[in-house]
Amino acid sequence: MILFFFVISDIDIDLEKLNFLSFNLIYIFIFYWVLKNPNILGYGFIFLAGIINDVVVGLPIGVSSFTYLILSGFAAYIRYLTVQPSLIYDWIVFIPSVAVTNSAYYYILGIFFDINVDYIPLSLNTGITILFYPIVGILFNFFSKIIIVEKNV
Amino acid sequence: MVSRDDFSIAIRSAFLKKATKQKFSLLALIVASIVLLSLESINSKSLNFVRSTIKDVIYRASFIVSIPMNTIRPIFTDIQNYFEIYKRYEIAIIELQQLNNQQNQIDYLKIENDKLKKIIGDTDIYNYESITTKVLVDKASPFLKSVILNKGFNLGLKKGMAVLKGPYLIGRITEVNYLSSRALLISDLNSRIPVFIEPMGYQAIMSGIGDDLAILDFLPKDHQLEIGNLVYTSGTDGIFFPGIPIGRIELIKEKFHVKFFSDLSQLYFTNVITSEPREKNNK
Repeated sequence: MILFFFVISDIDIDLEKLNFLSFNLIYIFIFYWVLKNPNILGYGFIFLAGIINDVVVGLPIGVSSFTYLILSGFAAYIRYLTVQPSLIYDWIVFIPSVAVTNSAYYYILGIFFDINVDYIPLSLNTGITILFYPIVGILFNFFSKIIIVEKNV
Repeated sequence: MVSRDDFSIAIRSAFLKKATKQKFSLLALIVASIVLLSLESINSKSLNFVRSTIKDVIYRASFIVSIPMNTIRPIFTDIQNYFEIYKRYEIAIIELQQLNNQQNQIDYLKIENDKLKKIIGDTDIYNYESITTKVLVDKASPFLKSVILNKGFNLGLKKGMAVLKGPYLIGRITEVNYLSSRALLISDLNSRIPVFIEPMGYQAIMSGIGDDLAILDFLPKDHQLEIGNLVYTSGTDGIFFPGIPIGRIELIKEKFHVKFFSDLSQLYFTNVITSEPREKNNK
């Protein structure tokens, strides 16, 4: 529900006076939940969220779905490979995952659809998304504990 | 140590295996998104109809979902404004004095302008038909600049039509659905508009840079641009009519840029021009 809310609403995580400070909460959301608990966030929902995001942002339909699923692929791969999960380890893996995902996004738009994307704000957005991962991750850890406690009750 | 087999098993599990509550495998959905992407390049009537309907539904849903946040947002702006009220009052007094001086100059120029227009048998560039539209969704993406408007081809909107805020150009229609349309803003990296610069009369192409500024390409080599020169559409593309004001020249980091007259981050209502300007005599 939260994922759909973020893709469908015109809320963007960037502060008006610090325009460079924008980050992609959807990426963090997808990576975290696919890594920690894939039963909460299904791939079908991620695919659908991508389509909605493409329509709202005005991109060719399928670009966001593809990039979200690539990111999910990284998260799922790490989940199968990790024995002892930790937020720091997840964070380190998140860096190449987002870098590859955003590169795919940039090249698909540029090469196949001739849509120019300004790579400086995109790179800044990537960097800040990476920096924000641990903060948002701690928040999600807290929520995930609440969900587990509620399920047990 | 993690062996090569472990890696391949992890890749297979990640892309092919479905978790207990998953209905689709990751690979199947990646293939589906590639299929969707390839369908984007096909331009058939039935596909366009489906696309247009999906977009109309999602735009409306997006507008409805954003209502609570868009109601709260102005409250924060109001609070900020209250804190700055005295500072603004002082600035307003200075601006008022400047405006009074400018008003006198404008009155003089108007009289002169009317005289010159009579000589050249003019066209009134403000005498056009337009449709007022509301901005449904402004995603305010840091790298893609476009807005969704609440009117579509049901009211005669077409691709390429100029979008104005007040008298100033802010973009053009790039996608039209039955009930909605998308306007690409002049600040977008993909926006290219032929312009002329007054009073020098230079022709150039204005390209968006993703900020509230634009750059000018294909200027004459020995141009003598000056800060404050005005930029208008030239109409050489045959899409926009000439003379729509866009912005003024500013020198930023030793390079000439166009500073837009309109604040593109504050768009609520816009006008889409649906006709050519009429000659004054036909009025």
